[in-house]
Amino acid sequence: MQQFVDQLIQQGYFAGLPKEVVYAVAMVLAALVVLSVFVAPLAGVTSWLERRVWARMQSRVGPNRVGPQGILQWIADGIKNLLKEDIIPTAADKVLFPLAPYIVFVGFLCAFVVIPFGGSLIVADLNIGILYLLAVTSIVVVGILMAGWSSNNKWSLLGGMRSAAQIVSYEIPAGLAVLTIVFVAGTMSTQGIIQAQGWAPWDWFLFYSPFTFVAFFLYFTAALAEGNRTPFDIPEAESELVAGYVTEYSGMRFLFFFFAEWGNLYVIGAVATILFLGGWQAPPIPWVTDQPVLKGILQFVVFFIKAYLWVFVSMWVRATLPRVRVDQLMALCWKYMVPLSFVCVIGTAGWMVVWPHGNRWASIAMFIIGVIVLGVFGKRVGFQIRHSRPTLYLKPYI
Amino acid sequence: MEAQEIYNKLERQFPGKVGNFHGDVFDPYLNVDARSIVDVCRYLRDDPETAFEVLSDLTALDLPKVDSLQVVYHLYSYSKRHQIVLKADLPRETPSVSTMEGVWKVANWQEREVFDLFGVMFEGHTDLRRIMLPEDWIGHPLRKDYVEQEEYDGISTQRAPLVEKLLR
Amino acid sequence: MSEAAAPQSEVFHTEDMTISIGPQHPSTHGVLRFVVRTDGEVIKDAIPDVGYLHRSIEKIGEKCTWHGYVPYTDRADYLAAMFANQGFCMAAEKLGSTEVTRRGEFCRVIACELNRLASHLISVGTFGQDIGAVTPFLHALRERETINDLMEEICGARLTYNYIRIGGVGYDITPETCGKITVFLDHFELIVDEYNRLLSYNKIYIERLVNVAAITKEEAFQYNLVGPNLRACGVKWDIRRDIPYSVYPELDFEIPVGNGEKGTLGDCYDRYWVRIRELEESCKILRQALKMIPKGPAISKVARKFKPPAGEAYVRVEAPRGDMGFYVVSDGSEYPYRVRIRTGSFTAMAIIDKLSRGIMVADLIALIASLDVDAPEIDR
Repeated sequence: MQQFVDQLIQQGYFAGLPKEVVYAVAMVLAALVVLSVFVAPLAGVTSWLERRVWARMQSRVGPNRVGPQGILQWIADGIKNLLKEDIIPTAADKVLFPLAPYIVFVGFLCAFVVIPFGGSLIVADLNIGILYLLAVTSIVVVGILMAGWSSNNKWSLLGGMRSAAQIVSYEIPAGLAVLTIVFVAGTMSTQGIIQAQGWAPWDWFLFYSPFTFVAFFLYFTAALAEGNRTPFDIPEAESELVAGYVTEYSGMRFLFFFFAEWGNLYVIGAVATILFLGGWQAPPIPWVTDQPVLKGILQFVVFFIKAYLWVFVSMWVRATLPRVRVDQLMALCWKYMVPLSFVCVIGTAGWMVVWPHGNRWASIAMFIIGVIVLGVFGKRVGFQIRHSRPTLYLKPYI
Repeated sequence: MEAQEIYNKLERQFPGKVGNFHGDVFDPYLNVDARSIVDVCRYLRDDPETAFEVLSDLTALDLPKVDSLQVVYHLYSYSKRHQIVLKADLPRETPSVSTMEGVWKVANWQEREVFDLFGVMFEGHTDLRRIMLPEDWIGHPLRKDYVEQEEYDGISTQRAPLVEKLLR
Repeated sequence: MSEAAAPQSEVFHTEDMTISIGPQHPSTHGVLRFVVRTDGEVIKDAIPDVGYLHRSIEKIGEKCTWHGYVPYTDRADYLAAMFANQGFCMAAEKLGSTEVTRRGEFCRVIACELNRLASHLISVGTFGQDIGAVTPFLHALRERETINDLMEEICGARLTYNYIRIGGVGYDITPETCGKITVFLDHFELIVDEYNRLLSYNKIYIERLVNVAAITKEEAFQYNLVGPNLRACGVKWDIRRDIPYSVYPELDFEIPVGNGEKGTLGDCYDRYWVRIRELEESCKILRQALKMIPKGPAISKVARKFKPPAGEAYVRVEAPRGDMGFYVVSDGSEYPYRVRIRTGSFTAMAIIDKLSRGIMVADLIALIASLDVDAPEIDR
C-alpha cells in the first residue's frame, strides 16, 4: 500500500502537503476501509454463521427470520445493542471499565495490517509481519485483565485472571510453531512466507516435513486457546462464572468483546492459512491468471475459503467438546505442548540442515499421510452422521 | 428381625428407657426417652444383629392434644432389610433433645430443618440455624398453633379477602 | 456474609475470596446458593444456602383434602412429578387399606418410567452443559419433548401431571398411546448410544470427572445418599427391587451399579454412568409393562371424602433422584394431619460442604451436577 500512496504523491494529487500528513491520512482511511468493508461484516456474518452451524448441530434451526435465511441477524443485534442503556456499575473503575473493550478491539484489529487479502492487496507488508502479529494480539490480555478487574466483581476478576494466565501461557506454543515456519520460509514477512509456498498442496508448508505437520496442530490448538474458544473458553465459561470477565458489561461494550472474538476466529484461520496452507497461491488457470483483476479476485477467494474453513472448524469444535478445567489447561500447555513445540523447532532446524531446499519426496509422502488422516476422520464423521437419528414427530396434526 | 424382637432387645439393653411399643400398625414404632435416644440409636447402628446403617428420616410431629412434640426417627437397615420407628416425646414449651449428629452426619441438616420449622433445640449441634426460612423469621411454621407474622421486611403477609378486593 | 479475612502467610498478605454462586446462576439446578470461600481457584469451603424455593408444601398438606393434595405433590419435584404423586397416593392407600386395580398399577409403572426417562435426560443434559458441552443438552431436550408429548396424551399435562390418584390413575392409557410409546422406545434406545459416543467416551469429559469428589460407601450411609448417587458408590440398592411396591416384582430389569472402571469408585463419572445405564433399564421396563398391561378399570372406587382411619405410614418410591419417602399421619378426618416428604436431594446437599474442601470451583459445579440436586426437592 505504501507504493500506491507514493505513486499518488508523485502524480501530484496532494500538492503541498508534507508526506507524513498524507501517510497519516492514508493510514486512517485504510483502517476505516478495512474495518467497515471487511472486518465488521465478517465478524457479523461469522456470528450468524456460528449460530446457524451450532443450531444445525443441535438439531434445531437457529436465526432464520431477519433477512434471507437470517443473514441480517447481526445487524439487528448490533442496532439493538446500540440502543441499550449503557450501564456502568457505580463501583467500577471509571476510566478502565469503558476503556477495556476498546483495547481488546484494538489488539485484534491491528492484526489485519499484515494479513493479505490477495497477491498485492495488503495494508502493509512489514518485514517483521508474523512477529508483529503475535505481539499485537497479546494486547488483548491487557484489555481482558482491565475488564476483569475494573468491573469490581469477583466473578469478573476470576475470569480475567484465568484468561490472562491462559493467553500468556499459550503464546509460547503458538510462537514456537510459528517459529518453525519462519525457519523454513526464511522470512517473517507474511507475503514472503506465502510466496515461499506453492499452489499445490504438496508445496504447502503443512506437508513440508513431519515437524511442520505437528506444528500446524499445535498452532491451531494454541490459537483456539488464545481466542478463548471452547474447549478453552474458561474465562467466559457460562455455566461457572456467569459470563466471566464480561459479566458487568451490557449493550455495545458487551458486543465489542464478542465482535473481537468472532473476528479473531478469522485471524486464526488467516494466520493458519498464511503459515501452513499456502495463503493466496492459486492454481494457474489459463484464462484467469493472465488478467491482474481476475487473478486478484481468484487469489482473494482462495485465501478466504482456506481461512474461513478454519472458522467453521472452530465452531464445530465449540459445539462438540466440553470445557477443560483450568489446571488441566495449564498442564496441557506447559507439560505437553511446550516440549512438543520445542521438538518441532529443533526437528525443523535439523531437517533444514539435512535438506536445505526441502525434500520433495518427503512432502509428497506427508501429503499422502495427510490425505489418509483426513480420510479416516471423514469416515468417523460419516459414521456418526449415518447413525444419528432424526427427530421423531409423533403428533401428526402439528 | 421382627420389630417385636428389636423391641425386646432394646428393652434388655436399655431397661426403663424404651416403652410403649406398637407392633400392630403398618410401621411399628416405639417410644424412647428423650435423654437416651442418642445412645439407643448408636446401639442400634453398631449392633451386628440390628445393623441400622441409615437414618432414613428425622422429623417431628406436633401433637397439641397430648401436649407433646414428637421427634420421629425412621431407621433402616440395608443389610437386614428391616426398619424401625423411634419416637421421642418432648414438652411443647421448651422442646430440646441431644443431637444425632455424632451417630449419623445427615442429622446435621435434618435437625436444622426440624429446628427451623418446629422450634426443637438440639443440644450439641454444631450449626443450629434456620435452613429454609430467612434468618430473621419469627415463629416456627409447622406447629399447629403457628400464627403468621403480620409483615416481613415491610411487606404485609396478609392478603385482603377476595370480596373486598373485587369491591375496591 | 461478613467474614474476617484470614491472612495466609507473613511474607505475602493474601486473603481468601468469598464469592457467592447463585442464587441467580446459569447452572445451579434451580435456585440455590453457595457461599464459597476460595484461595484462588481452590475451595476452602462451600456452604450451601437453601430455602429460596420453600413453598411450605408440608404445611399445605394439613389444609387440603386427601384427593386435593395430589397436585401439590407434583410441585415437590417438578421434574419427577409422577413419583411424588405415587408416593403420596401409596401412603394414603396404605392408611386407608385401599386396593389399586391391576391395570392402574401398570399404568402407574408406565407413567413413572416415562417420567424417569425424562428426568434422567435432563440430568444428563444439564450435566454435559455444566461441563461445557452444549450439544448433548439440546439432543436430550429433543427426546424429552417427545416424552412430554406422550405425557400430554396420557394425562393432559407436560410437566406437573396430577395423574396418579388414590386408588389408581386419573385417566386410562389408550392402545393408541401404547403404540406411540413403543414407536418412541424403538427410536430412543438407539439414541442412548449417541449420548455415549458424544459424551461418555470423550477424553476431555472423562478427565474432568474421574477422581473428582469420590464418595465412599460409609460416607454414603452416614449422609443417607440415595438413588443413583448411592448406586454409584457400589451399593446395589434400589427400592423397586429391595422394598418392592406396585408390580415391579413381576418385571425383569437390572440395577446398574457404579464400578469405578474409569477412576475411583463413587466419583462423578460413576454417578453419570449409572444414570445413562438407568435410561436403558427404564426402556426395558417400559416394554415389559406395555406387553403385560391387563384389561380392566384404571382406578378403583374410592370415597369422594376419603377418610382413612387414624394412623401413620411411611412409604418409599424410587424416584430418579433417590428414594422419596412419604411419612403421612392421619387422624381420621378428611385432611391429613401431617405430610412429610423426604427427598434425596436434601441429603445430597448436606454432603456437598464436606466434599468441596480442596476441589476447584469448576469441580464444584461438576459435583453439584453429578449429585443431580434439584431445588424444588430440597426446599419443598
